[in-house]
Amino acid sequence: MTWDTVASILIGGALTGLVYSLMALGLSVIFGVIRVVNFAHGEMMTLAMFAGVFLFTGGGLDPILSLPIVAGTLFILGYALQRRLVEPFIARPEHEQFILLLAVAILLVNGLLLAFGPDARSVTVDYAFDSFELGPIFIDKVKAYAAGVGVLVAAGLLMFFRYTRTGKAIRACSDNLMGAQVVGLNIRRLYALTFGLGVACVGAAGCLLSLLVDVTPMLGPELTLLAFVIVIIGGLGSMMGALLGGIVVGLSEALAGLLIVPSMKSMFSFGLLILILAFRPQGLFGKRT
Amino acid sequence: MLTVEGLELYYGDAKALDGVSVAVEDGEIVAIVGANGAGKSSLIRAIAGIETPAAGTVRFDGEDITGWPSYRVCDRGIGQVAEGRQIFPNMTVRENLEMGAVIPRGRARCDETVEDVFAMFPRLREREGQAAGTLSGGEQQMLAIGRCLMGQPKLIMFDEPSLGLAPALVAEVFETIRTLNAAGTTVILVEQNVAMSLRMARHAYVLENGRIVLSGLAEDLLDDDGVRQAYLGL
Ligand SMILES: Nc1ncnc2c1ncn2[C@@H]1O[C@H](COP(=O)(O)OP(=O)(O)OP(=O)(O)O)[C@@H](O)[C@H]1O
Ligand SMILES: [Mg+2]
Repeated sequence: MTWDTVASILIGGALTGLVYSLMALGLSVIFGVIRVVNFAHGEMMTLAMFAGVFLFTGGGLDPILSLPIVAGTLFILGYALQRRLVEPFIARPEHEQFILLLAVAILLVNGLLLAFGPDARSVTVDYAFDSFELGPIFIDKVKAYAAGVGVLVAAGLLMFFRYTRTGKAIRACSDNLMGAQVVGLNIRRLYALTFGLGVACVGAAGCLLSLLVDVTPMLGPELTLLAFVIVIIGGLGSMMGALLGGIVVGLSEALAGLLIVPSMKSMFSFGLLILILAFRPQGLFGKRT
Repeated sequence: MLTVEGLELYYGDAKALDGVSVAVEDGEIVAIVGANGAGKSSLIRAIAGIETPAAGTVRFDGEDITGWPSYRVCDRGIGQVAEGRQIFPNMTVRENLEMGAVIPRGRARCDETVEDVFAMFPRLREREGQAAGTLSGGEQQMLAIGRCLMGQPKLIMFDEPSLGLAPALVAEVFETIRTLNAAGTTVILVEQNVAMSLRMARHAYVLENGRIVLSGLAEDLLDDDGVRQAYLGL
């Protein structure tokens, strides 16, 4: 194998990783603010991927174009889920939150199975097999587009938290909850917005991933684990950590495919997770506590 | 302006407030004194809507606000400088101030009020872009007061604003409270520094184990033998 091929594969891995980053960012935002772990994260991702597939096959919409629709719908779902279901569990023990979200995950997987069956579905856009050529290096067009849009969405979210009044208010809640009550922030509304935004990230990421990967309902649990691995590698609650962690995992999957066999890719990611937990338990970007 | 009647508050089974009644008139300073654990902060949090009372009423400007969530109470004009300051340590000084003006009541005059606060506490202007957690204790207290002012409160509840400050800064904090009061803000003052707060206040209440055991004109309480022994060490 030539170095050009290796470089192409690694770049492809990093680009796919950026889509993972966006998914993990959603998990990180929810946990960082509400301190609830969304155990249905990957299942929500598959829901979004199915939406991407069906808006493509049914409506002829490129997943990049259907992304705002899917992300917007998932935002509303996330907002309602927090308001109706998760909110009463915030003050309850973590294992009860775990069971609640696990129930949501199981409902999603089985709902998708009922609706669409176990078969793999995919999106084949007309540029699916095109690539950009940088000298001897080939970069898949779909991966480049998906990663580019993923970065844009992530940047938009970071700007929202940095510059808007509502974004700052959400940061204030995660910084000092008592302080947020003292100044009269509407915490329940801000939490619902946060959950909505986190799930919207998943919606966007799911649309983009539907360009790259076949989707089945059973993909959900695998993606949930993947999001956890990324967030733990990057550092719990850190947005930059989630972004970097996604790239690291994308690269490691590509390397696994290159060095061993593609089906061993999760073994590689988990190996990486164990290494990082052993040598830097707070993750790459996490703060030591 | 503010009338609290028969307020009861529980933490689980533990009773923290047991039928507390307090009246605050427009434009005055009311001192609330009591030993550690007497329930002073609980009273403030119950008025602010951060804790929900089990019984009793809170009326503000003629309106029953009992059990309202804190964002609605704040928006009616009850601000607080909380125990332990409760600033946002990882946000900048300016962002902390902006958070005080998120309630609708504060939004319109946000930028002007930031300027007013900086004029009042010039050290905050110098540290505008710095993370609030890196400020000194005194600066954090200034920030907590400034942040409260951002919401244009009619009534400010101060919970031990001088705690942990050097004597010069304590004087500055009391001076600030006096200035705000002179400008028309009504004040509830909870203080370790009982002598100083009784000298500033018109009315005062003594809280013991969640009950009001004594109340009246602050100057009378200053002369009361029980108060002098228990709180002034005389
Ligand atoms: N969040 C809480 N959960 C459980 N118990 C609490 C809580 N806050 C206060 N208490 C209890 O309620 C009682 C009153 O506490 P509170 O903080 O109101 O007293 P305080 O007069 O403000 O005391 P201090 O002078 O120490 O600030 C105490 O016995 C305290 O232990
Ligand atoms: Mg207290």
